[in-house]
Order: sequence, then C-alpha cells, then structure tokens
Amino acid sequence: MRSLWRTMRSLWSDKLIRDLAALIPALAVVAASLGAIAVTKGVPLWLITFTAAVVFAGGSEFMLVGLLTGGAAPATAVLGGLLLNARHFPYGLAVGDLLGSGWRRLVGSHLMIDEAVAFALAETTHARRRRAYWITGAALFITWVPSVLLGGLLGQALGDPNAFGLDAALPAAILALLVPSLRDAPTLRAVLAGAVLALVTTPVLPDGMPVMVALLGVALALPVRRSPEQEVAQ
Amino acid sequence: MNPGAVLLLAAGTYAMRLAGPLLRKRITISERWERLLGIAATVLLGAFVVTGGAVEAGEFAGVARVGGVLVAGVLAFRGAPFVLVVLVAAAVTAVLRLAGVG
Repeated sequence: MRSLWRTMRSLWSDKLIRDLAALIPALAVVAASLGAIAVTKGVPLWLITFTAAVVFAGGSEFMLVGLLTGGAAPATAVLGGLLLNARHFPYGLAVGDLLGSGWRRLVGSHLMIDEAVAFALAETTHARRRRAYWITGAALFITWVPSVLLGGLLGQALGDPNAFGLDAALPAAILALLVPSLRDAPTLRAVLAGAVLALVTTPVLPDGMPVMVALLGVALALPVRRSPEQEVAQ
Repeated sequence: MNPGAVLLLAAGTYAMRLAGPLLRKRITISERWERLLGIAATVLLGAFVVTGGAVEAGEFAGVARVGGVLVAGVLAFRGAPFVLVVLVAAAVTAVLRLAGVG
C-alpha cells in the first residue's frame, strides 16, 4: 500500500500526468457522445468503433457521421474530413523527429493528434518532448476508442433520439470544440462568412455541398498574418 | 454510413500524418500556409454547425433544435465545460419539443 501511495504521489507531481488526468475524462465524454450520436443516427456500433480506431481524429469523425447520416455524398464527406485533417501534415513536419524511425515512425504517426503535438511542443528538451508525445498519444488512443464503444452501447438503450434532443447534441458538440479558435478576429470573420454561404446555398445545392462552398469564406481571413502571438511581440 | 468512406478517410488521414515525419528534412511549410489550413478547417466546422443545427434533409430543422444549439453556443462562449454544453443543447431541444414547439 505504502509503495503504491508513493508511486501515486510521484505520478501526481509530474505535470504531464496531471494535465492528462484532467484531459482524459473530458475526452472520454466527447468520445462517448460521438458513439451515442452515431448509433442513434443508425450507424452500426462496430462501424463507429472501427472508425474511432482507424481515423482517430475526433473532429473529422463527428463530421463524417453528421454528413453521411444527413445524406451527403460519400465523396463530399471524405473530402471534408480530409481537409479538416490536413493540419496533421504541418504537425508532422514539426514533431516528426520525436517519432524515431521504422515501426516507431509508422505507429507514432497514427498517434499524431492535436493534444499529443501540443503537449510535446510545450516541453523544453528533446527527451521530454519525445516522452510527452508518446504518453499523450497512447493515453488518448486507449481512452478514445473504448469510450466511443461505451457511448454507442448507451445510445442503443435510449430509443427515439429526437425525444431526448440528441439531434442538437452533435452541432452543439462541434460548436463547443471550435469556440476557442473563434477568439481570433480573422478566423471569426471567415467562419461567419462561411456559415452564411452554407445557409443560403442549402436550398439549391445537394446535401453536404453547402459545407464545401463555405470554404470561400476563408477569403475574408486574408491576408494571413504569421500568428497572433507574433503580432503582439512586434 | 458507408464503410468505404471510413476507410478512405482513414487512409488519407494516415497518409497526411506520415508525410510530415517522412518529408521533414526536405521541405518547410510557411507559417502563413499553416494558419490558412487551420482557418479553413475551422470554417468547415462552423458551416457544419449551422447546417447541422438548422437543416434536416434540405429543410428547416425546426425551432426546438435551433434553440438548443443557440443556448449551447452562448454557454460555450462563456467558457462552460464541454459536457454541460452538450447536455444543455439536448435538454433545451427536448423540453421545447415537449412543450409542442416544432
């Protein structure tokens, strides 16, 4: 007991582990809501769990479920998801040296998610960055996939999802995820313009297309400055 | 939902994840492009929120759902926890429907 207590205390004194302990329950809830929403929209439980394991990029999983169960063409949904995940390419340029080579690089690439990259970049030495990347990526993977499955099982027990207002949960979940990025003025302008474009083209375009048309809103964020932090520094 | 679409998204996402570590010694992507990609992704999500919140099969989805998402949006902007935002969205929509609002 004593040594267990000591181990717990030394784990708790590690900032990375503390931050992860705060993050993991929140992520489990996001994953469980994805599972529940998908199942109540008619996606088989195995398929949403499989999606969680092989895609392992939450935003695009929500988007895929929303667009495909909303009747969008599969090509539109895939393209939307890929655009959303394109940020992983610059991520890889930034943290690629932490992965090692050979099979480590193959496995480590799959664990590349926003949180793993953010935690890694917050560390100062190469060894600590490497450790933060792998621990975060692995911990969130073994949280994400079972939580999606569990949420799906709960969703199956619910019955008519609309009676519980679950159809509002998916857009609300995505809104909550993107609110922090909206504090940047050019991003907010682009998002508002995109939202208006999507709404006005909805009656005339096939399902899923208005979301793509919204990309024209990006023009309102131009010209793109380097980053808000650098603006302040200058 | 189409398993083929899932596999395509998974393969494409993995390719983009692996490309960085493989190519990092040969190219650099400018910070401007990196930001632009981030903004484009946010715009997609934003468009998804408004269409997913207000449209069902090409038609207006009804006051109940829009009301739920709007209330959730206010909470999210005020920094409420994710769980609360999602639960309130569902609860407001469910209560509005119970009250007979479309």
